[in-house]
Amino acid sequence: MKKTFLVFFLALLLIFALLPASAYAAETAIDTGDTTFILFSSALVMLMTPGLALFYGGMVRKKNVLGTITQSFFIIAIISVQWILIGYSLAFGSDNFHLIGSLQWLGFHGVGMAPNPDYAATIPHQAFATFQLMFAIITPALITGAFAERMRFPVFIVFTLLWATLVYDPLAHWVWGVNGWMRNLGTLDFAGGTVVHISSGVSGLVAAYFLGKRKGLGSEALVPHNIPMTLMGAGLLWFGWFGFNAGSALTAGSLAASAFIVTNTAAGAGALAWAACEVYRHGKATALGIASGAIAGLVSITPASGFVGPLSAIAIGLLSGIICFIFVSVIKHKLGYDDSLDAFGIHGVGGTWGAIATGLFATKSVNPAGADGLFYGNPHLLSAQIISVLATIAFAGLATLIILKVVKAIFGSIRVSEEDEILGLDLTQHGEDAYDSSAYETGMAYITQSTSLNSVPKAAIPRTASSSGSVICEN
Amino acid sequence: MKKLECIIRPNKLDEISDALNLYGIQGMTVSQVMGCGLQKGRREVYRGTVYDIHLLPKIKIELVIPDNWVDDIIKIIREKANTGEIGDGKIFVSPIENAIRIRTGEQGNSAI
Repeated sequence: MKKTFLVFFLALLLIFALLPASAYAAETAIDTGDTTFILFSSALVMLMTPGLALFYGGMVRKKNVLGTITQSFFIIAIISVQWILIGYSLAFGSDNFHLIGSLQWLGFHGVGMAPNPDYAATIPHQAFATFQLMFAIITPALITGAFAERMRFPVFIVFTLLWATLVYDPLAHWVWGVNGWMRNLGTLDFAGGTVVHISSGVSGLVAAYFLGKRKGLGSEALVPHNIPMTLMGAGLLWFGWFGFNAGSALTAGSLAASAFIVTNTAAGAGALAWAACEVYRHGKATALGIASGAIAGLVSITPASGFVGPLSAIAIGLLSGIICFIFVSVIKHKLGYDDSLDAFGIHGVGGTWGAIATGLFATKSVNPAGADGLFYGNPHLLSAQIISVLATIAFAGLATLIILKVVKAIFGSIRVSEEDEILGLDLTQHGEDAYDSSAYETGMAYITQSTSLNSVPKAAIPRTASSSGSVICEN
Repeated sequence: MKKLECIIRPNKLDEISDALNLYGIQGMTVSQVMGCGLQKGRREVYRGTVYDIHLLPKIKIELVIPDNWVDDIIKIIREKANTGEIGDGKIFVSPIENAIRIRTGEQGNSAI
């Protein structure tokens, strides 16, 4: 079985290697400033996913921190390969039925250094494809927050690969691909509010319902184990978001500068609003709340970032902080699903608000290539935005449900066993422990040299159980 | 011999162990523990969800001492661990049948 896979894989590599080399001759139209900016923005967006890993990792219990972080890191690896082989072509290849790209760019065949004026006329086509890759990476990583602390790792891998190929790639084509139906409809989504945030949020909600609640929800305190880690992650997300939004201008000019400042403004406004809600309701502003509000603000400004001014960004960010706070702290509990780290509550809800806000606040005075929103006298944009939101919710939700049913049929169960859930994902899915316990230092360690890999989870039980640790003082 | 299990505030450990050393206590076992008693727990809020944490972190000192030291040691620990507020902790006293020093095989008072 394994051998067959290896032969198949090598054959695949050979086929791609034998394809005619891409056109590497640089065209005169390439602008070095723009290219620098997009390559740098790509690196910034890439950093968002490790940032997300920390953001999520700090919010889980310490027995699940590696399980959570590893999911994001693994997605960087798997989508980096998937995008070259098939993803980019499906998303941005020439249009089929306004729904999906063709297979013309399979294996990056034909994606060379010559700019593709359909998407970005002044940078190498490969630079554009690389920039888009980073968006394809972070989107499935966002979903992991919804099923955190309970999904089996092998199932997660297959789910992610199917989701990226069957949900993200078509959606990206609808919104950004030439002749994609949402693009033709006149929908405005500057940096991926629908493609990235609504799609991942809704898919997370479906996954959270499908997997069921974590064991102990409601009876045990399932609280964050490392909030400084979460804030560090939020900081990296905020930082990377400048590449996400300003980079989406695809040229290093005034539009990028405008997107940059509104992004930062909305993040600040979101944090202020969330903190204010907390003070109003509980008397204290929390570190986790300030970070959550900033992310909510960033999510909501994403589709609008190329079409609104800074004052609109304040309104969008403030409302996002308030809406997401209410959703996460009140409505979620009434609906009774377990979106562990609020992938839907922040990305789904904040993204939906952002898409609608774009239909309200967009103005051609910021971006002549955009459109005016309702507040600037054009009601048509708002209806296009609402159609795209509803279509995204319906498509992402339904497709995710089907993918989950398929992986369940393949693997039997999607969730880890109850025993494994108690032990934690770190030990049971990866055979590692994130934090050395004091028991190790005091000589109470379980086994220092294990000869059998199979014995690791079982042997590690005493170490987990004695996490209170005891210290011998002799004077 | 008696065993004293002293549940104390975490920040009182150094003061107490210094005082016990001065008295001549040779060994003790210290653990980080969680517990609840008269002292109320605390309230934490994460993304608007309120958690009432009933268990609070405490330090447990276990001492095995000769019978005639018990009153003195209790007095020392009470003196050092007392803040006058709820949550200062408790001392439990129980009889110990025997103690054996593993290295030498000594038993009873000479083993502790």
